[in-house]
Amino acid sequence: MVDVTTGGRPDQAASTAPAIELKGISKAFGPVQANKDIAIRVMPGTIHGIIGENGAGKSTLMSILYGFYKADAGEVFIHGRKTEIPDSQAAISAGIGMVFQHFKLVENFSVLENVILGAEDGPLLRPSLAKARGVLKQLAAEYELNVDPDALIQNLSVGHQQRVEILKSLYRQADILILDEPTGVLTPAEADHLFRILDNLRREGKTIILITHKLREIMEITDTVSVMRRGEMTATVKTAETDPAELAELMVGRKVLLRVDKTAATPGKNVLEVRDLRVKDDKGIVRLKGIDLDVHAGEIVGIAGVSGNGQSELLEVLGGYADGTGQITLNGQPLDLTGKHSDGQSRRARGIAHVPEDRQREGLIMNYFAWENAAFGYHRDPKYQSGLLMNHRAMIEDTERKIEKFDVRPPNAHLTAKNFSGGNQQKIVVAREIERDPDLLLVGQPTRGVDIGAIEFIHQQIVALRDQGKAVLLVSVELDEILSLSDRIVVMFDGEIMGYGPAETANQVGLGCLMAGLGGTDTEAMQGWTISDAASAEPVDPSKSLIEAVDEKLHEKEAREARKNG
Amino acid sequence: MDRMPGWADAILVPLISLLLAAFLSALVIIGIGESPVAAFKLMVEGALMRSAGWGYTLYYATNFIFTGLAVAVAFHARMFNIGGEGQAMIGGLGVALVCLYIPWPHWSLALLGSAVGASLFGAAWALIPAYLQAKRGSHIVITTIMFNFIAAALLNYVLVNVLRPVGAMDPATAKFPDATHLPTFQDMFSTAAAPMFRGAPANVTFFLAVIACVLVWLLIWRTRLGYEIRALGHSEPAARYAGISPVRTVVIAMLISGGLAGLMSVNTTQGEAERLILNSIEGAGFIGIAVALMGRNHPLGVFLAAILFGFLYQGGAELALWTTIPRELIVVIQALVILFTGALDNMVRMPLERIFLSLRRRKS
Amino acid sequence: MDLMTVLQVLDSTVRLATPLLLACLAGLFSERAGIFDIGLEGKMLAAAFFSAAVASLTGSVWLGLSAGIGASLVLSGIHGLASITFRGNQLISGVAINFLAAGMTVLIAEDWFSQGGRTPSLIAGGRFDGITLPFAEALRDLPVIGPIYYELISGHSILVYVGFLTVPLTWWILFRTRFGLRLRAVGENPAAVDTAGVSVVGLRFAAVAICGVLCGIAGAYLATGLQAGFVKDMTAGRGFIALAALIFAKWRPWYALYSCLLFGLLQAVALRYQSIEVGGLVIPVQFMDALPYILTVVILAGFVGKAIPPRAGGEPYVKER
Repeated sequence: MVDVTTGGRPDQAASTAPAIELKGISKAFGPVQANKDIAIRVMPGTIHGIIGENGAGKSTLMSILYGFYKADAGEVFIHGRKTEIPDSQAAISAGIGMVFQHFKLVENFSVLENVILGAEDGPLLRPSLAKARGVLKQLAAEYELNVDPDALIQNLSVGHQQRVEILKSLYRQADILILDEPTGVLTPAEADHLFRILDNLRREGKTIILITHKLREIMEITDTVSVMRRGEMTATVKTAETDPAELAELMVGRKVLLRVDKTAATPGKNVLEVRDLRVKDDKGIVRLKGIDLDVHAGEIVGIAGVSGNGQSELLEVLGGYADGTGQITLNGQPLDLTGKHSDGQSRRARGIAHVPEDRQREGLIMNYFAWENAAFGYHRDPKYQSGLLMNHRAMIEDTERKIEKFDVRPPNAHLTAKNFSGGNQQKIVVAREIERDPDLLLVGQPTRGVDIGAIEFIHQQIVALRDQGKAVLLVSVELDEILSLSDRIVVMFDGEIMGYGPAETANQVGLGCLMAGLGGTDTEAMQGWTISDAASAEPVDPSKSLIEAVDEKLHEKEAREARKNG
Repeated sequence: MDRMPGWADAILVPLISLLLAAFLSALVIIGIGESPVAAFKLMVEGALMRSAGWGYTLYYATNFIFTGLAVAVAFHARMFNIGGEGQAMIGGLGVALVCLYIPWPHWSLALLGSAVGASLFGAAWALIPAYLQAKRGSHIVITTIMFNFIAAALLNYVLVNVLRPVGAMDPATAKFPDATHLPTFQDMFSTAAAPMFRGAPANVTFFLAVIACVLVWLLIWRTRLGYEIRALGHSEPAARYAGISPVRTVVIAMLISGGLAGLMSVNTTQGEAERLILNSIEGAGFIGIAVALMGRNHPLGVFLAAILFGFLYQGGAELALWTTIPRELIVVIQALVILFTGALDNMVRMPLERIFLSLRRRKS
Repeated sequence: MDLMTVLQVLDSTVRLATPLLLACLAGLFSERAGIFDIGLEGKMLAAAFFSAAVASLTGSVWLGLSAGIGASLVLSGIHGLASITFRGNQLISGVAINFLAAGMTVLIAEDWFSQGGRTPSLIAGGRFDGITLPFAEALRDLPVIGPIYYELISGHSILVYVGFLTVPLTWWILFRTRFGLRLRAVGENPAAVDTAGVSVVGLRFAAVAICGVLCGIAGAYLATGLQAGFVKDMTAGRGFIALAALIFAKWRPWYALYSCLLFGLLQAVALRYQSIEVGGLVIPVQFMDALPYILTVVILAGFVGKAIPPRAGGEPYVKER
């Protein structure tokens, strides 16, 4: 391992070789050119951001750096030395550590076992575990990376699981750390803590590459930033010398609207009324702890929250595929929460349409043709039947109409869903649900993995539905999407509603506190907002920092879940 | 992205797999000191060149069509029903009870009755594994294996202790009444001048199997239930989202599967032995797996693969009769077919995909 | 029932449990690494044939054992090729291996020995004989302890002791060594192992190979220890009972010992008694035969404790983008 960087500061860095340098990296998957002639130089002791849309080729590039893929062409230099990275082992010994978007942890192993896995000191475990325990303690003190070494991963919150991933890399003495979309699963406060950790690491001379599609994060923490578009690196600039608008333009290749164009809402009668909704999952863990919620005709209500805090369960109950207790009425009539009339078919019959959070797992059958998918969920509709058999011709004609209206490309009803891009897949789902003219539209993560062009189109469709006087319930982990699309915002944490209020007066900091289950002054500053007792019962202790308070809150949640699992 | 055209996936891949299996089988025959060419000739001679040979081939094929369809229907719901053997055994019990205890006036009615009995009993035997899979997540492969053994023990008990006629030695039921005798191909197609299918066991049940193929095709690709079964097979979360009950759909698919497996006993029990014996299934339930894999879970493919296996079975019997090659050769061939068309599918598919990809790139 | 009868039944339990135990631990290694194996039966059968055949041809039981292990390893290799290298369906591969063994053993037996799919009966030297443990004769006449030691504990063939010692060894390997940690990890989340720079393919092949060795010993014991020679289909579903025992044991080594002893006891009782009367109720022997399977279904149904298989079991590992 090369060790030229220790103590390297940004100001000294100019004189030393780059910690990592890529030259002419290209990679194709079949006909798709994922990376094309990529070049980057990252100086030791700096944080370099790579920003780009979904599918721009960021993850492919990082997979090449970590030895998952072999580049078709190009060279990698680590600390000025040409390095081949044929597999992950080579990447690790070159000092590269990777924190993947989806963690690579063994759920029923302890933190300690996960940390030593693959980096054991000998054929027996005991000495390795003892050594790791000591190193972890030291790292915790050095970088504020506290985790209980004996906790099982399945009992840790995502924020702490991410710390385990960072610890794994540091335990392997990585001095180049790559983080792929690290904040997607974190509350803003957890993200702040992560950034503080990254800052500490930078100060110790580590080099960090941060992959993200969030402009704000780039501006907040990076020293330099590269922009990727369609597999190519379009620009590399010093962060201090750019601004979000310029980066967005570089990312997309044209000027983009960062806000959705919409008029003020004119809410009508109450369409959806949820009272004291409670949900327990298969393991007996309570996922929803008494939710009260109203959605009126002609308004978009956005549910903000870090994923895994009950939003999915809320959509599942409303969409008819999870049981719950409590009262829900639609247009004044009660909905069944258990039993035969609580399934998706009954919900659709009552005028609830649903664009699910995960279109590839739920919303579409990837091996079905577009025309089969365009009826999915409504396939029992009499208009698709002829006698005992299904009326394929009616289904195909129906689909061709939707394809034209929603500009699905390629416009071919006889292609299977997997042959469409993410954006066009989502258009098929949105077309199917909106064209049923529902009273209530449930939308989960409408633009996840969707290119910007399709995002605009889908946002417009949702706003148009609202303007027709329909009720829309939006769930998204993208705070920006919630803020720009919603008329009213509800924040959820750990299965409870922390607060709600108008979108105009909401701000990132206040929402961030609520998303971690905290009340306090920042939330009180949001005018017209109601903060629930669950959040405001524990005001922030002035002697503690906000981050510490958030951490404490998450520890409580972990302990609760460990007890239930155990 | 589709890596290769549909026809290559449906025809080319299984064909190459089949050729590989055939090649290895030939090596095995050479290994035991026989000539594969002579063996193949003998098999064709014995199974296809005389009407009696066809009579046996189609008799075996009838069994394999039913068990192959059984596996295929379950596959569409992503259930691997390895319990066709047990379901067919219990189906045989249904046939025996219907034939022995109901006085049938005519064979056609008896056929109807025994078909209902066989499919109900077969379906019932699939019900518990299906329910446990759907409701409690017990792996259906393991439970259906267990149910095969339980079925064998149960049948053994019933034949030895309950249905065996007084004084009889072998564990079997009494002979069925004459009225339940199903017309064989010999009865149907022979004329005084030209005897056909002499002595061969193929019988009217074959046509029942053909009808079953058509019905299964309609079920899977033309009905709402088939749409739901396939949807569930592709993605359970999606099925739940769409309001398709996984429990109900899995149970229905497995009941149909078990019923189809049970139906094969009409052929062996009522059509051939005319009494229920201990070992009437002879592994046909497992051959259904090979047949479904080769036939790509499509009824037409299942039909063709079943004929092929019928030919192998009859040809194998001829080999055992005229050469020193034991019947177990067929088991080896069957193993190789399952291995290449099922487990080593990617070994054939990956190079083919690469070829098609480079062809496409050259074109563009 | 007197002590001698009980001891005889227990003694036969130990003998009958040994092949189950070895096959069960074989399956444990494979499935803990995420490779389902319903081909235990076939591997045992192939090993039984080749061990008996080679022992009969050479007169050496040790050469027989090696041949049995070798045959089982070949089938393991096929299973690994299909399910690890080519990411095929592990269950289908297992089915194919069972048939391949069932067919090939008879085919080769006919070709080599022409005795209707059997090997010739093995004579001394071609079999594993019982080992009399130290002091067995001397202690024989002590009340209770003497007969237990002499009848039950002493006098088994070496493979029985190997089988029972494999239990603590398996536990130690799985939970106390680096290899065990990695093996369990690859059965739970292969991506974690891969990103830690350890070869998923290598680990899984190692697990499948260990499975092959243990199945080989199990099969050799059947043909050269429990019985004297190979007969067609002599495993008679033992591979599946071992699989059942593995589920019954929830994939844990010590539980595997207990469940194999239980299933061995059921076999021993069924072998000795045609029917059993319990309180005026006659339990037919067929019920005893079916009991291991019924118990496994009950366990699988989750009515008595839930059996949770390794999380990545049955899924071929494909690197994610």
